[in-house]
Amino acid sequence: MPEMTYLEAIRSALQYEMRQDERVFIIGEDIGVYGGAFGATFGMLEEFGPERIRETPISEAGIMGAATGAALVGMRPVAELMFMDFVLLALDQLANQAGKARFMFGGKATVPLVVRMPGGSGSGAAAQHSQSLESILMHFPGIKVVNPSTAYDAKGLLLSAIRDPNPVVFVEHKLLYKTKGEVPEEEYTIPIGLADIKREGRDITVVANNIMVKKTLAVAEELAEEGIEVEVVDLRTMRPLDVGTITSSVKKTGRLLVVHEACQTGGWAGEIMAIVSAHDAFNYLDAPMRRLAGADVPIPYNRLLERAAVPQEEDIAREIRAIMSNKY
Amino acid sequence: MKEEQKTEKKENADFFKKVEALGLKQAQLEEMLYTMYLIRRFERMADQLYAAGKVHGTMHLSAGQEAVAVGLGLAVQDDDYLVNHHRGHGHFIAKGADVNLMMAEFLGKENGYCRGRGGSMHIADVEANNLGANGIVGGGFPLAMGAGLAVQMQKADQIVLGIFGDGSTNEGVFHESLNMAALWKLPVLFICENNKYGMSMDVEQVIAKLPIAQRADAYGIPWELVDGNDVVAVFDVMNKAVAHVRAGNGPYFVEAQTYRYFGHSKSDRNLYRSQEEIAAWREKDPIFRFRAALREANLITEETADELNEKANGVIESAVEFAENSPEPNVNTLMEYVYA
Ligand SMILES: Cc1ncc(C[n+]2csc(CCOP(=O)(O)OP(=O)(O)O)c2C)c(N)n1
Repeated sequence: MPEMTYLEAIRSALQYEMRQDERVFIIGEDIGVYGGAFGATFGMLEEFGPERIRETPISEAGIMGAATGAALVGMRPVAELMFMDFVLLALDQLANQAGKARFMFGGKATVPLVVRMPGGSGSGAAAQHSQSLESILMHFPGIKVVNPSTAYDAKGLLLSAIRDPNPVVFVEHKLLYKTKGEVPEEEYTIPIGLADIKREGRDITVVANNIMVKKTLAVAEELAEEGIEVEVVDLRTMRPLDVGTITSSVKKTGRLLVVHEACQTGGWAGEIMAIVSAHDAFNYLDAPMRRLAGADVPIPYNRLLERAAVPQEEDIAREIRAIMSNKY
Repeated sequence: MKEEQKTEKKENADFFKKVEALGLKQAQLEEMLYTMYLIRRFERMADQLYAAGKVHGTMHLSAGQEAVAVGLGLAVQDDDYLVNHHRGHGHFIAKGADVNLMMAEFLGKENGYCRGRGGSMHIADVEANNLGANGIVGGGFPLAMGAGLAVQMQKADQIVLGIFGDGSTNEGVFHESLNMAALWKLPVLFICENNKYGMSMDVEQVIAKLPIAQRADAYGIPWELVDGNDVVAVFDVMNKAVAHVRAGNGPYFVEAQTYRYFGHSKSDRNLYRSQEEIAAWREKDPIFRFRAALREANLITEETADELNEKANGVIESAVEFAENSPEPNVNTLMEYVYA
């Protein structure tokens, strides 16, 4: 299998689907010659032309609305927002329009669109270019939210997202773009709504998303040497949540830590813990469930502060040890 | 006398007359040249520091656009409000910001303008009525309009300078803010720095009808175009615009046409424009032009001009020293400044 970066895997899915489905087009800012701020669509203009690599003025509400309107009328747009932070400018069209049209119209409309956006901190881009807003986006019925952590998952999930008849928010992480993994050249899909156990372990379940999966896997290796076997559940889809995978893992290990980069207050860890506490899996817990999340602070520019604002490997390791030893 | 020499002589005489008519004194002209050098030096140094791996983050450099900042800076009061955008270093400097504190912010240090929390894209100095750069394109339009509303309600004599790029005028809030500012006759001077591109997209590709400034017509706001690489012309136009706004006549819109030399930001491969185009604009370099005009009108000597350039260089070098010797923020203060 060829190795690809996460970014190349995304491009590979876009190319595949655009070659075989004429309804698919990409719409966003600077996605042509420039190839997008992070290069996801670099080189695609030559193959697909400006009609299908549709560059827009700087108008996020316009991009989101154009995608929504076109999806209602039979196209399959993939919108790109340059940074996840800018979804806040497009939220009316996404949440009030795209996410609700089907329901409001009595199930007689479909809005098959994807909106890709890179979130996350770590690049020194500061408070308006570093947020993790997936918890907000999960809140809207009618919208699906996926969030791959590996190149392999990125391609398979993006293909599913484009083919899904609903609006799908596709969350990427800036620091994952250059990470590599084995990715088949050919077509494959990963179903939306399925979590993935990235590492099996008997002692503690860690539920994480995107970059936190990568960090937790590194920590798990380290803790294995101390005899702590961590099971790492990569959520992959934030909405709909894969309750079954989470609860069976908790039943198996009896301990739960949820890790995310998004700010803690109102963050999705609370949702996971609420689900577990109302489930039979709760009876299997040997220790209190805990969460480790981004601090409730805008992402600072300074690199030391920026690092301190979100969970790092040492924080994850410390939390796991604390839960294992029942000392908090 | 040869034909070209004749026109050159005439241009020199025109420049002299123009400067005189505008009441610009020798010292002011030198100050203008110096400030343009200072901005250019700041931007070049920022680029070098980045290349040397000393900067964690991004930046948007304004080299090539100095005349807009300096012409504007000279036409306004120190206490006028400034609502800036991401490519904002020049405007801050021209409005009197301390380059030491700017550089410290750029390096993320505790004694930078924003205590290292904001960085290049969020430099602000609220005490000096500098309401900040912005990471959200178009984010400043409603803020400028709102600041204008406050000034009007407070019956103060300040005005608000709203600075933005060509690309930002396609955001919906541009139109919402112009409409409200015109409706309420708010003291806002809208300054569009048209450097021809957004990130990579040419104004021709993204704006249905040019010039950008004619959009102001839709709201009954008077507007003017100016050569943004001619600092004296910018000063002239800004002077009139500022007078109009300060007199309580409502908003005014100026579009200054200029060009950026560096890429949009660090991710730029410069594939959307040609080397010839960049070279052609460099021919019209605002600093070079102003210096040459001053020389030819005998308003400055070569030595003085060089000295000003050297002085700017020294000031920027010591700003770097100041910034590098400044402390990092203490990690234990992470949660500070979120709420008042
Ligand atoms: C809402 C929003 N959309 C997109 C961006 C990404 N972006 C940053 S600067 C820029 C181009 C802005 O162009 P213009 O307003 O002309 O200013 P210039 O950079 O040319 O000075 C873009 C697209 C952003 N920061 N904010």
